[in-house]
Amino acid sequence: MTDYALNPHYASDDVKQEANRVGFGRGLLAAGQENESIVALCADLTDSTQISVFRDEFPERFVEVGIAEQNLVTVASGMARAGKIPFTASYAAFSPGRNWEQIRTTICLNDQPVKIVGAHAGISVGPDGATHQILEDIAIMRVLPNMVVVAPGDSIEAEKATRAIAENGKPSYIRLAREKTPVFSTEHSPFEIGKAYVLRQGTDISLMGTGTMTYQLLLIARMLEEHGIHAEVVHVPTIKPLDEHTVLESVRKTGRVITAEEAQIAGGFGSVIAELLSEKMPAPVKRMGVYDRFGESGSPAELAVHFKLTADTMIDDVRAFIEKVPQYKPGF
Amino acid sequence: MNANLTVSQLQHKANVVREDIIKMLLAAGSGHAAGPLGMAEIVTTLYLDIMNIRPTQPQWKERDYFFLSNGHTIPVQYAVMAEAGFFPKEELLTLRKLGSRLQGHPERTKLPGLENTSGPLGSGLSQAAGVAYALQHIDRQRHRFVYVVTGDGELNEGNIWEAAMFAGKYKLSQLCVFIDRNNIQIDGNTEDVMPLESLAAKWQSFGWHVQEIDGHNVESIQDATSMARAITNKPSIIIAHTIPGKGVPFMEYDYKWHGGAPNSEQAKEALRKIRTLDGKIVGEHE
Repeated sequence: MTDYALNPHYASDDVKQEANRVGFGRGLLAAGQENESIVALCADLTDSTQISVFRDEFPERFVEVGIAEQNLVTVASGMARAGKIPFTASYAAFSPGRNWEQIRTTICLNDQPVKIVGAHAGISVGPDGATHQILEDIAIMRVLPNMVVVAPGDSIEAEKATRAIAENGKPSYIRLAREKTPVFSTEHSPFEIGKAYVLRQGTDISLMGTGTMTYQLLLIARMLEEHGIHAEVVHVPTIKPLDEHTVLESVRKTGRVITAEEAQIAGGFGSVIAELLSEKMPAPVKRMGVYDRFGESGSPAELAVHFKLTADTMIDDVRAFIEKVPQYKPGF
Repeated sequence: MNANLTVSQLQHKANVVREDIIKMLLAAGSGHAAGPLGMAEIVTTLYLDIMNIRPTQPQWKERDYFFLSNGHTIPVQYAVMAEAGFFPKEELLTLRKLGSRLQGHPERTKLPGLENTSGPLGSGLSQAAGVAYALQHIDRQRHRFVYVVTGDGELNEGNIWEAAMFAGKYKLSQLCVFIDRNNIQIDGNTEDVMPLESLAAKWQSFGWHVQEIDGHNVESIQDATSMARAITNKPSIIIAHTIPGKGVPFMEYDYKWHGGAPNSEQAKEALRKIRTLDGKIVGEHE
């Protein structure tokens, strides 16, 4: 057991499902009520990004920039110079997909506390297809100095993460999904920027997830338990800065790692973990996610199966890894 | 900063700034010459005469803002800031050197008094528009102004026209933008590389108040900014026609001097030309 307050019903068929973007909308509203400096900007996607919740309450602090993502973030940079805390919302495919250089120069190098809200990330966007299913956003954002990168696991955590980045004084990216996903945390679960959380303790392998993929790892851990394998599940909502201590402590016990993300494994969350371990504790790592290809149209559920991003479609690879790859022992 | 300087004193200051630009570029061994020399009157007049600023209090809460959008022309801003008293003039010779606050392209976090970080073109106007929006529509501080200088080649960037639509829509009348219309960019003359004309008509059609001036005439710069402040329902563009490399005859009008610093012989000749106004007067330091 850990002291992380998991939703006791997380494994049941009727677990509550809610899109984490909805949690973002609630979080931004709450943050806006607490801090008058918070403003919101959107590039013609106000309802689907849920920034409309803030707009409806604070129309005088909401700015519509039209379909212009480069302008979205650079106007926000200027508003930060004028003392505001701007949240900018679009689909992640466009922001940061299209405006990366502006984010790099006018927000990161310029060190302004602009918040990049990337909605509809990952293949779970579904029928819109590969153009809108950005899988590279984690990789391009985590390499930027000064940038904080957060991928909330569910709607409750997205609300907490939104409130946290509102007050962190730093450039920040928050990655959100379109689809409803199971809510595995509770109001009592902790969330701090830069912290990873052990959701379930184990000794045989560390399953590390970011964003909504952590839920699939919780299910995989239960399947493994039926085979006598004790998996530890580590949820890593903050990809940058990484909670190195929690990651290393887990691997010290388990000696091998599987990572999961709804993103390219190249340069993404799995790379973050592999980079750390290769330098400080060279345990074997298997990265699960999307392997150097684009998405495609389909229903979100079909695509999750097609791309092997569900517990049922991942379990064989997970078991094969555990059977073939020995546990690393410190001092090896 | 109202330094109570006469027009001829401001003109003289602009030439001192030109000398500093040449000295800085020579010491740095690299940088851009033509743009900064051509913008000397505009930036000098803004800092020493027009803008409400306090060089010893760069974060003063009532200040006007200055955004350099074409960051490669930063030597002119550094030289003017030193002239205004933001930092000692000796520091100018650290331009582009390791550990200097005077980075090759401006970085806000390095030097107090800079409002933005720029270099990649096309983004300074949007940032200035963000400040202007906050001042006008959120904080209701109608007495503060946001001044911007953009290059003309920079107007090739799509980000500029996104900002143009944005400022037009929201009638950001506290936004006053100078276009340094010197007709050159790296690959040649602007109308050959990517034509900008009819430039005034373009900005008018985006909802801006447009003026065209001689960008080397201090009184024209003063009058145009007065007019811009008097226009309360539109953002303002001032198309300032300038001569690239102004003051150094062998640099003037030549796009090859967009990028590049003079060698010591060229710098000596440049300083002689600037100090004597190309032989028209006897140089003070000859």
